[in-house]
Amino acid sequence: MNDSDNVKVLEPLIYELSRPGRQAVTLPECDVPESEFPADLLRDPEDVLLPEVSQIDVVRHFVHLSQFNHGVDTGFYPLGSCTMKYNPKINEDTARLPGFARIHPLQDPLQVQGALGLMWDLQNWLAEISGMAGVSLQPAAGAQGEFSGVLMMRKYHRDRGDTRRTKIIVPDSSHGTNPATASMVGLEVIQVPSDPNGDVDRAALLSVCGDDVVGMMLTVPNTLGLFESHVQEIIEIVHGCGGLMYMDGANLNALMGIAKPGDLGFDVMHFNLHKTFSTPHGGGGPGSGPVGAAEHMLPYLPGPVVGVVEEPSDEEEAPLYGWVMPERSIGRVKSFYGNFGILVRAFTYILANGPEGLRQVSEHAVLNANYIQARLCDAYKVACERFCMHEFVAEGCWDDAPGVRALDISKRLMDFGIHPPTNYFPLIVHEALMIEPTETESKEMLDRFVEVMLQIAEEARSNPDILHSAPHNTPVRRLDEVKAAKDQVLCYGPVCGG
Amino acid sequence: MTYLPHTDADREAMLAAIGVEDAADLFEAIPEAVRFPALDLPGALAELETMTELQHLSKANISADDFAWFLGAGVYNHYIPSVVNHILLRGEFYTAYTPYQPEVSQGTLQAVFEYQTMIAALTGMEVSNASHYDGATSLAEAVVTALQVAKHKRRKVILSPGVHPQYREVVRTYMQGADLDITGDKDPTHTLDDLTARLDEQTALLVVQSPNFFGQIEDINGLADKAHAAGALLCVVADPIALGLFKPPGAYGADIVVGEGQPLGIPMSFGGPYLGFFATRKAYVRHIAGRLVGETVDVEGRRGYVLTLATREQHIRRERASSNICTNQGLMALAATVYLATMGKRGLRQVAELCYHKSHHAAQQIAALDGYSVDRSKPFFKEFVVKCPKPAAEINRYLVEEWGIVGGYDLGALDPARADEMLLCVTEVNTHEEIAALVVALSEVAS
Repeated sequence: MNDSDNVKVLEPLIYELSRPGRQAVTLPECDVPESEFPADLLRDPEDVLLPEVSQIDVVRHFVHLSQFNHGVDTGFYPLGSCTMKYNPKINEDTARLPGFARIHPLQDPLQVQGALGLMWDLQNWLAEISGMAGVSLQPAAGAQGEFSGVLMMRKYHRDRGDTRRTKIIVPDSSHGTNPATASMVGLEVIQVPSDPNGDVDRAALLSVCGDDVVGMMLTVPNTLGLFESHVQEIIEIVHGCGGLMYMDGANLNALMGIAKPGDLGFDVMHFNLHKTFSTPHGGGGPGSGPVGAAEHMLPYLPGPVVGVVEEPSDEEEAPLYGWVMPERSIGRVKSFYGNFGILVRAFTYILANGPEGLRQVSEHAVLNANYIQARLCDAYKVACERFCMHEFVAEGCWDDAPGVRALDISKRLMDFGIHPPTNYFPLIVHEALMIEPTETESKEMLDRFVEVMLQIAEEARSNPDILHSAPHNTPVRRLDEVKAAKDQVLCYGPVCGG
Repeated sequence: MTYLPHTDADREAMLAAIGVEDAADLFEAIPEAVRFPALDLPGALAELETMTELQHLSKANISADDFAWFLGAGVYNHYIPSVVNHILLRGEFYTAYTPYQPEVSQGTLQAVFEYQTMIAALTGMEVSNASHYDGATSLAEAVVTALQVAKHKRRKVILSPGVHPQYREVVRTYMQGADLDITGDKDPTHTLDDLTARLDEQTALLVVQSPNFFGQIEDINGLADKAHAAGALLCVVADPIALGLFKPPGAYGADIVVGEGQPLGIPMSFGGPYLGFFATRKAYVRHIAGRLVGETVDVEGRRGYVLTLATREQHIRRERASSNICTNQGLMALAATVYLATMGKRGLRQVAELCYHKSHHAAQQIAALDGYSVDRSKPFFKEFVVKCPKPAAEINRYLVEEWGIVGGYDLGALDPARADEMLLCVTEVNTHEEIAALVVALSEVAS
């Protein structure tokens, strides 16, 4: 621990390590004649306020920083709705192969048939897993997949001259991205309540479903970790009033080989490759959010997508792949074709698992969640009368432990080297703790988590102070978020003139 | 199975604890008619076989490992120091989620704070967010910010035709529900004067790119004053490497600076994942989308970092949020931070100077060839347009097949009338020998 100006710091900022004249890498001498610079456009070299550090400074600094993080590689990470499963190491190696990492998106398609073939297969595999007719890999994240999907639904109606449809229905248990996405697209959000069982209130849905509705966004399984009991009836209601059904695929890890959204009747959906298909979360991205479409929605997919532009002359040969813009496309949602490096990782994962492996992934994800739910039933308020899918929500409070909140339980978990569950979501559950163990955790790890959770429930009554003051042995303790919002120090002072 | 740890005994014990005989019983809520569908996918491969298959696909592509590279147009073949990849491969960084729990995420949070500082410093702005998906979506978010600053009363955005064509496409995709007048870029001959002539009381934002898509440095001096006089904001799309050598948009009074962060230690990777940087004035901080990290202290007075000003964001505000964005490009922002720390104040300048000298040397040599001309009407940084004696597509095929060179971007892809022009890119990676080979090859294909 260092002291600077009496503020204790874990690790200095890289700028605080800077000494004039140091540099962490050498660059080649200029091997061509030098040209004259346009003097009036030049920047004073001293004005480029970057740190000056040696290579070992850089390495130690960032290794130290890494050690202050909790990752899947360091411990259990039951963060609900985020699917923090193990990220296989081979995925990192395949994405870095030079034929993938060192190719350019504007190369002639003839030079990149391997990459296009990979994308073609992945489009088809995701379609097969989901029961959709086709997939565009372009969206950069789940939120962008959603955005694409809702734009597609809007355009579908407008193409048919139906411009009255300006509203979109979301359940009150939905992810915050759903209503935010609808607003971005310029649609009015209608929220429908959940019934006492955690399903969509069908009577409420019927009362708002009309000819002004673009469609409905539904997460399956829902954010309580439950498979909507009446999903087909809900889809019939929305289709019945001329609306389209969007599936938020954030929870697809429960469904591979278990049920296909396309078979259920969804028209559009997105995938989170960084959840279901084991690509790493990266401390908050990059993700990848491909969007899938039923037959009648195919022309609207964002693009370009990969297509076969020439069939092979004999069956042994690969076809010729190229870029194709879907004929009524909503357009391009990001530059180029998608987060290709993430697509390579997902492709690698599907290939390593195969169809039976993917089904077992979902089965074990559900098994693990139900096992924890069953073991926590007596000590926590959990809706145990129903089987959950890949996650479940517990209430982090008790009548006989006043003052203890879900946040306290979360912070106390950190003392045991366990990442907290998702807090305060979904909004419809009081003091929600959303727990998603994923399929890659062993029974020993699940048992340890249960034991820690039982101990915390006991401490909530016997020693609540230890919960309120937690965490105790993390690199920093509870941080003053109000101060951060008030001070707005978003940049190192000496650089930004603070 | 591949990544599943349970033994048969584990499964049985767990099923017994749940109170079911078979795991299939857990799925009774799913309509029977659609339950347990077959998946028509290739059978599972062992790790060794998986790697063999991926290597096979990788080798079917022409890569910068084996070819001399002169293709840019928004994605660049810059050198990535070894340190960058070694840090990115720290599992503590890449297997973590968004740092909602700051006590166990100080590594990610402090790195993002350093990133925000470096981007603010490079662009000459006061504040940077934690990044967007790529340069194109960063620009789309700049448009959203400008509309919010104008309280949605202004409905016009002026785009320079020099802005990357795909960025302009993405802006239009994002805004298709917004009933906005997006103008200025239809005529490729439009100058900055033509654009400023369009500024009026309806204009929320003027967007220019410098160096522009064709590599030229635009004269943005005075542009901000003109935009501000009309009550509009000025957004500049910048190249982060060029900012090591040329005056930053902040020095010219820009209100928002965005751009593609890929040149900062991120591989070309066939179009992504990349990094969109976004910097602005502190006055607009509540109108911007995406994550922000701020400094604070913990209960023991230790310095620490947290996500802040989250009341702008979707998980709090839902339909009233400034954007639906959840993630930034966390790991890519880390790559840029490590890259900029490794290069440092002097290294980034050296990279920029090498790009400048090598591209100008190449331009000079090519301009001297019979049948070729180079547009030198404005200063350029690392890219320049070459008019060729033959279609660029034909020349590029020859370069790849006969010389092992990936040539420039064929401008005929944008406009069929420009099929004999290409946009060549030269960076610090290109050697004197590669440039000499390109010049000889161009000379030979012309004859």
